Amino acid sequence: MPQWGMVIDLDRCTGCEACVVACRTENNVPVVGEEQTRMGRQINWIRVERYWEGEFPNVRARFMPVLCQHCDAAPCEPVCPVYATSHSPEGLSVMTYNRCVGTRYCGNNCPYTVRFFNFFEPKWDAPLGEALNPEVSVRPNGVMEKCTFCVQRIQAAKVGAAGEERDLRDGEVQPACVQSCPAEAMYFGDASDPESRVSRLSSSGRAFHLLGELGTRPRVVYLKSGDER
Amino acid sequence: MTKSVESTAPAPEKMTGERIDRDLLRPLTETSRRYWAAFAVCALVLGWALFAWGWQLHHGIGVSGKRRPEFWSLYITNFVFWIGISHAGTLISAILRVVGAEWRRPVTRCAEAITVFALLVGSMFPIIHMGRAWLFYWLIPYPNERIMWPNYRSPLMWDFFAILAYLTGSLIYLYLPLIPDLALVRDKARGFRRRLYSFLSLGWRGSETQWHRLEKIVSVMAIVIIPVAVSVHTIVSWDFAMTINPMWSSTIFGPYFVVGAIFSGIAALILAMVVLRGVLGLQAYLQEKQFNNLALLLLLMSLLWFYFTFAEYLTVWYANEPAEMAVWASKVTGPYAPGFWAMVFCCFIIPFPILAIKKLRRRTSLLALASALICVGMWLERFLIVVPTLGHPRLTFNWRGYSTSWVEVSITAGTFAYFTLLYLVFVKLFPIVAVWEVKEGLRHEGKLEASAQAPLMNR
Repeated sequence: MPQWGMVIDLDRCTGCEACVVACRTENNVPVVGEEQTRMGRQINWIRVERYWEGEFPNVRARFMPVLCQHCDAAPCEPVCPVYATSHSPEGLSVMTYNRCVGTRYCGNNCPYTVRFFNFFEPKWDAPLGEALNPEVSVRPNGVMEKCTFCVQRIQAAKVGAAGEERDLRDGEVQPACVQSCPAEAMYFGDASDPESRVSRLSSSGRAFHLLGELGTRPRVVYLKSGDER
Repeated sequence: MTKSVESTAPAPEKMTGERIDRDLLRPLTETSRRYWAAFAVCALVLGWALFAWGWQLHHGIGVSGKRRPEFWSLYITNFVFWIGISHAGTLISAILRVVGAEWRRPVTRCAEAITVFALLVGSMFPIIHMGRAWLFYWLIPYPNERIMWPNYRSPLMWDFFAILAYLTGSLIYLYLPLIPDLALVRDKARGFRRRLYSFLSLGWRGSETQWHRLEKIVSVMAIVIIPVAVSVHTIVSWDFAMTINPMWSSTIFGPYFVVGAIFSGIAALILAMVVLRGVLGLQAYLQEKQFNNLALLLLLMSLLWFYFTFAEYLTVWYANEPAEMAVWASKVTGPYAPGFWAMVFCCFIIPFPILAIKKLRRRTSLLALASALICVGMWLERFLIVVPTLGHPRLTFNWRGYSTSWVEVSITAGTFAYFTLLYLVFVKLFPIVAVWEVKEGLRHEGKLEASAQAPLMNR
């Protein structure tokens, strides 16, 4: 059974946010509008955090795409009173939207702040509403949602491989963000296969876990060199 | 209000049973215009709050001030606040009963009623704050054909069980000592009221066996309810302390919350007693002794609260961990500083001298002021625990300020109206001072006229 993992190379990320756009389109992420976004109610399963380093005039921008880290010891999962969020055997932190009652406790206990709540009924500006992905369920008002590692693509690839009676190939499954990254800063694959690209990159000296000191054992590995280039 | 407690109405040397009955049962039959005015105001505010809740159910949680990352705010603040207020009652009354404090007698019922109503109000909030409130029963472990069970690892589930146990226990603990009084009212009432109180008094005749059983079960309940009350607020604190969030994950949150709960509970009790005494003319029952002793308890809790708060903030500051310090600074010097310092003034700096200096604490108006400030301060404390931590997550990119909305404010105001309304109805239906307990106390002191030994109270 594959154990899914992702690698994000911060040295390659340009902060273009193509991943953000691709994710919205793939996963039927609702558009909350300008006013609600200003209040902090926008939904971005992946976002590019921008941090400034240094003092003027020696300033540089650092970009960090942040999405659900699919932690093996996910703090969000045990606190849900109704098991609406749980861990899949393949290492995904998954949401059962139908079961969610909206206590938002998971969102509070996520140290990465990557869980999102539907504060209102979801809506899309025309004609986006006509172009929803039929493979992904639309989440109703009052329900939490977050990155799924594009579980629908994982399922489709598994079905396709099973049809051809073969194993999944490395790099065959590509979440929307990985597929759309023009700088090729993101990689996705089976972290339990030592030959996979994510495994090889994860053993790089540049690899680290975001907030690794919390012991959440994230499935997303970041790469960043120590020197300033 | 400005007169000292002592001088308002000294109790006569000897009290007669008739006078006690007349004084304490009067509110059941006589209703003043002021009562209806208060009733109407509370009902209006509650009606508005219900409208606001309907608005929220229709449109979504978005009409409240909540946002990302502040997924919890005023509703959870109110939840913790009201569950805290509920510790007035049962816990105080139970402790005083267990240690045999004679002065408790006129206070217990008034305190136990606060507990039950504060619990009823507080336990609404986990439902009000849910995104899909109509599915609240999914948190209840009920047998169903899909074999879907709640998650027993979640502190919210522990909350459910703790509050249910406390509410059940408090209701029983309020009801049991009420039975002899219900029988007393039954014997004096006619018509519909007689039928109502006959039903409620469960066939109480005042026989030796019945008294014996009542005393036994009340003393058992008094002991049982103490650990339940302590566990309830500990578990409420664990909603926060079990997480990995800065300034939530604290080992002292259990006792800190219990102390804060008893603190705000006593303050609410003193406020209720001041109002009841003034409105119902209970000067002969709620005397200086009761107020003075409760004020001393409040003083002790104020010191304990300050100790816990100091310990909590000093250790975070000294450890100087960046994520914790961000929250700390937002409270002590940052955008939440006005609230924080208002809390310190309301919970300690102003009440402490009032409660510590005998001359000041004996002035009813000052004692009421200190109690009211403590209630405000403890509400602020709950708010400052919930919101600043959520507004300062570890990835600083996501920091955000908070502002509320008319829906949240209306529902918050509605809970105070709802609580007052429940109390108003209770005072109208049941004697708010336990008649038989007061008589028993006076008999022990030899201050009850022999003629007052009505057959019902024949002991």
